[in-house]
Amino acid sequence: MHVDEIKNGIVIDHIVPGKAKQIYEMLGLGRLNSPVAVLMNVPSSKMGRKDIIKIDENIEIDLDVLGYISPHITVDIVKDGKVEDKKHIELPEELTDILVCKNPRCITSTEQEIHHVFRLTDRKTGVYRCLYCDTAATK
Amino acid sequence: MRNLIDILDLSVDEINALIAVANDIIAHPEMYREKCRYKKLATLFFEPSTRTRLSFEAAMMELGGNVLGFSEASSSSSSKGESVADTIAVVSGYADIIAMRHPKEGAPIVAAAKSSVPIINAGDGGHHHPTQTLTDLLTISRVKGRLNDLTIGVCGDLKFGRTVHSLIAAMSRYEGIRFVLISPEELKLPRYVKETHIKAKGISYQQTESLDEAIGMLDILYMTRVQRERFFNEEDYIRLKDSYILTPEKLVQAKEDLCILHPLPRVNEISTAVDSDSRACYFEQARYGKFIRMALILKLLEVE
Repeated sequence: MHVDEIKNGIVIDHIVPGKAKQIYEMLGLGRLNSPVAVLMNVPSSKMGRKDIIKIDENIEIDLDVLGYISPHITVDIVKDGKVEDKKHIELPEELTDILVCKNPRCITSTEQEIHHVFRLTDRKTGVYRCLYCDTAATK
Repeated sequence: MRNLIDILDLSVDEINALIAVANDIIAHPEMYREKCRYKKLATLFFEPSTRTRLSFEAAMMELGGNVLGFSEASSSSSSKGESVADTIAVVSGYADIIAMRHPKEGAPIVAAAKSSVPIINAGDGGHHHPTQTLTDLLTISRVKGRLNDLTIGVCGDLKFGRTVHSLIAAMSRYEGIRFVLISPEELKLPRYVKETHIKAKGISYQQTESLDEAIGMLDILYMTRVQRERFFNEEDYIRLKDSYILTPEKLVQAKEDLCILHPLPRVNEISTAVDSDSRACYFEQARYGKFIRMALILKLLEVE
């Protein structure tokens, strides 16, 4: 299978296999006018298998979302056919308005215009907890 | 400006200092009668409470200050749909310090972000209740003469019992503490509380479903109520509410200097026949709540 190199855009690489679809949806890539290629289950020397997303446009990306969904992801910013910047994404310390607390007893379930904030409480297991009620987020 | 949302907002040294002030208040109450003259405490209770609200109000009155507030959500603007943030923005213009109880977990964090005066969390749902923990620590230190080298049994609803979670968090910072977690399977201590406060610090603990089995090894027995309001399902509540009832017969196996605590109100988990036992410290504990809250108000208002 062959997907053309992009000239100006973004390559999100080393995605845990199966997670590309979730990233596609959370970043709202379906709303773009430019072509987007989602490659799943691609052979990888490092990971065995991986997913890749190629976006044929330089857009602003919420790196926090990427780190949360699939740690160790890389983001290549491509300009004029060359990789201008390569970012290694790790689990972010805090996620704001990315997750919604599912605890019905949490203040976020009733208070108006409140930010949903989750903090990384265990880097080893990747557990995030609600800033307000300490409930663990479920992926 | 300091708030008290979670017991861990206070260092061990700060807690020890609060206990020292509370002991001094108990010994010399006359020295503190004018300390908060012209200061106002707002008690905002979006959920009913007897002990906590009255002890806060009594504490402020004994410091010479005044009290305003409400004792249930229906008598506040929250019944009209006002947010916590808006209520606090308004009330912090009327009072010098706010004690707030709210059924929603994390509500005091929202309040603290909006307030121009110190916020004291007087209980947020099943989450934190730091002034109860301060009360517990003052009682333990007065009854046992120390806060280290103790075997502490916590019994009953360890899953939803916020007082238990805060007590474990606070006591796990002292040396030589051992925990015995006594509960039915359905109401076991949440894993993250165990991981964060017990396992991470290498504290020795054991879990059991039997109060009889555990009672003989305890220095402190902390009983809790299985709370109806924490259940979504009435059937579960009825099935579990009588799981652990402390009676004089059970106390036969206990140490002579056991200290029995309970955050109160009790329903039937401690038989009234236990009240006359010298080991029953729960009414004394409720009384100490006023003194530690006086010490806390002084600290947060930065009154010398």
